[in-house]
Amino acid sequence: MSSPVVQLVDIKKSFGPVDVLKGIDITCYAGQVTALVGDNGAGKSTLIKGLSGVQPYDSGKVIFAGEEVSITTPGQASSFGIEVVYQDLALCENLDIVQNMFLGHEEMLNGTLHEPEMERLATKALQSLSVKTVKSVRQKVSSLSGGQRQTVAIARSVLREAKLVILDEPTAALGVAQTEQVLNLVQRLASQGVAVIIISHNLNDVFQVADQISVLYLGKMVANLDRRQTTYDDVVAYITGTKTQEGN
Amino acid sequence: MTTLSHTSPELRLRKVINIVAEQQVTSLASGHEGTVRDQTRAYLLRLKDGEMGSIPAIGATIFLALVFQFLSPYFFTNINFTNMFVQAAELTMLAAALVFVILLAEIDLAAGVTAGVAMAVFIRFLKAGWSWIPALGASFVVGIVVGIVIGYIVAKIGVPSFVVTLAFFLGFQGLQLLLLGEGGVYRIEVPEVIAIMNSNMPAWGGWLMLVACLAISLAISIWDRARRARVGLVNKPFSIIVMKLSAIGVLAAIAISIMNTNRSQGVIPIQGVPIVVPITVAILGICTLILDRTKFGRHLYAVGGNPEAARRAGIKVVSIRVWAFVICAILAVVSGLFHASRLQSVDGSAGKTIVLSGVAAAVVGGVSLFGGRGRISHAVIGAFVITMIDNGLGLLQMPAGVNYLVQGGVLLLAATIDALARRRGGVVGRN
Repeated sequence: MSSPVVQLVDIKKSFGPVDVLKGIDITCYAGQVTALVGDNGAGKSTLIKGLSGVQPYDSGKVIFAGEEVSITTPGQASSFGIEVVYQDLALCENLDIVQNMFLGHEEMLNGTLHEPEMERLATKALQSLSVKTVKSVRQKVSSLSGGQRQTVAIARSVLREAKLVILDEPTAALGVAQTEQVLNLVQRLASQGVAVIIISHNLNDVFQVADQISVLYLGKMVANLDRRQTTYDDVVAYITGTKTQEGN
Repeated sequence: MTTLSHTSPELRLRKVINIVAEQQVTSLASGHEGTVRDQTRAYLLRLKDGEMGSIPAIGATIFLALVFQFLSPYFFTNINFTNMFVQAAELTMLAAALVFVILLAEIDLAAGVTAGVAMAVFIRFLKAGWSWIPALGASFVVGIVVGIVIGYIVAKIGVPSFVVTLAFFLGFQGLQLLLLGEGGVYRIEVPEVIAIMNSNMPAWGGWLMLVACLAISLAISIWDRARRARVGLVNKPFSIIVMKLSAIGVLAAIAISIMNTNRSQGVIPIQGVPIVVPITVAILGICTLILDRTKFGRHLYAVGGNPEAARRAGIKVVSIRVWAFVICAILAVVSGLFHASRLQSVDGSAGKTIVLSGVAAAVVGGVSLFGGRGRISHAVIGAFVITMIDNGLGLLQMPAGVNYLVQGGVLLLAATIDALARRRGGVVGRN
């Protein structure tokens, strides 16, 4: 098994009297897709927000690339190579694909935007993910479909040379064909050696892309399963709390 | 172990779709490929998608010119033609100023009166014995400070720009009166300032301006192509650039030769391109470069398009907003200077009405009030449409009421086109 990119140890987080995360342990490996599943309120979003620096954890260890780190701002997370692709994507519709992919990280030449270099790198990033559904890299995002937008958002993380990419419900609003494209993209992303965490409610998707399935139940990590050695029914049982890993 | 899902119909369907998708080998284009014909087709396609930009306004300009020419023999005389450029200069500059804030989906109703206050300060310093350059500098400082204050209140405190600038709009009318006294009108006796709107370049000056503009445009295009070629990207056919520049060159050459004819009814000849034209072209050229080619310009469009996305991308949204208001105020002061130069005086009520025409000009030209879409050139074309209506209806001796009605109608039409285009462009789920 490849080296762990990020390791969370005994992560706790509470909002006032409510304990949302009650000591989570999880390890994500380079080149692997970890699916984070669980019912609403299980703590998936809180776990992700801590990792992306939006909402720091109360206690616990975050070990990134072998070193213990503390992530308190989104900027820090980004500097470690953690990129989050949010459900609402955060793209500017009035800008084109290249402009969106480089937003906030523009390449400059003599004080002006180095458009050709950005265009080249953006094209390369999309090609590295074998993206074929986009007609032109200079298309405005407003003219793209939901799946294509997701593609752009994921390709942006490739461009930033992310080590860990977190995808929040990437297929929630997509049709069958577009879901397929995005899941392929996720696999290609992982095959480039990126550790991927994907949050999803759709077990079809999870079983298609994930190497590891981590199930949260009421703030506890109830199961870390190898996708090849588990079944739908098992995962559903863990999610709904009718089964725990220690056996019932 | 094979789970049930692996043989489910849905998954099988997905596999089929996947295979089909893999077979569609569409390489990634950049919009620079293909012949002149392909490029034209792509352009028409973009128009159909609702990215019309200033096309409706250009159409309106041509239409209005034909109508007025038909109705008034005086419209296309060399003197009226040149006058329109001078008349349009103030409005063009103000509309360009407003582009910076409208791109953020904000508004600056105080742009006109900010210019008025700055000019009042200018004249007060002149009266106090300052020479005109430091006095003008002081008036620009006033503009910058006003821009910072408005920008801070809007961006940092979060008061809607409509309300903030409305407050400044009201307050500054009072400030102008306090600075200049009730009904106070002061003559400007600085020849350099009066020359801006009232003097012309010699004939060769106009041609030099044209040659310089074309040379700079060509140089920038060639530099762009060289940069693209260096990183291994395709370029558009060079003939497109040549055609574009020659078209602009021919139109500009016609305009310049009209302006270079003698338009005086008296003994002393009046001819040449008004000095304000090259000044305006230079300032607006710089503004265009800022919007198109700098990080600030890119971030301005991003904040206008989706502030949350811009914030997550690490853009300092507050400072972008403040800067937009500062630039708007600076250009508004330039517009105020043009106004004062044309009237050769400063009065206490300057800048009250022009700001609404400025907004109208920007929107008519194709700048979207929803933010994120629009260019400086749109403001220029829009300003010409408004000026032409003003000028033409004036020549036809229509009552002022008709003028306002027509301008209002045109603005409403333009804003409706904007909203419709936006709705069409914003459709999600197309492939």
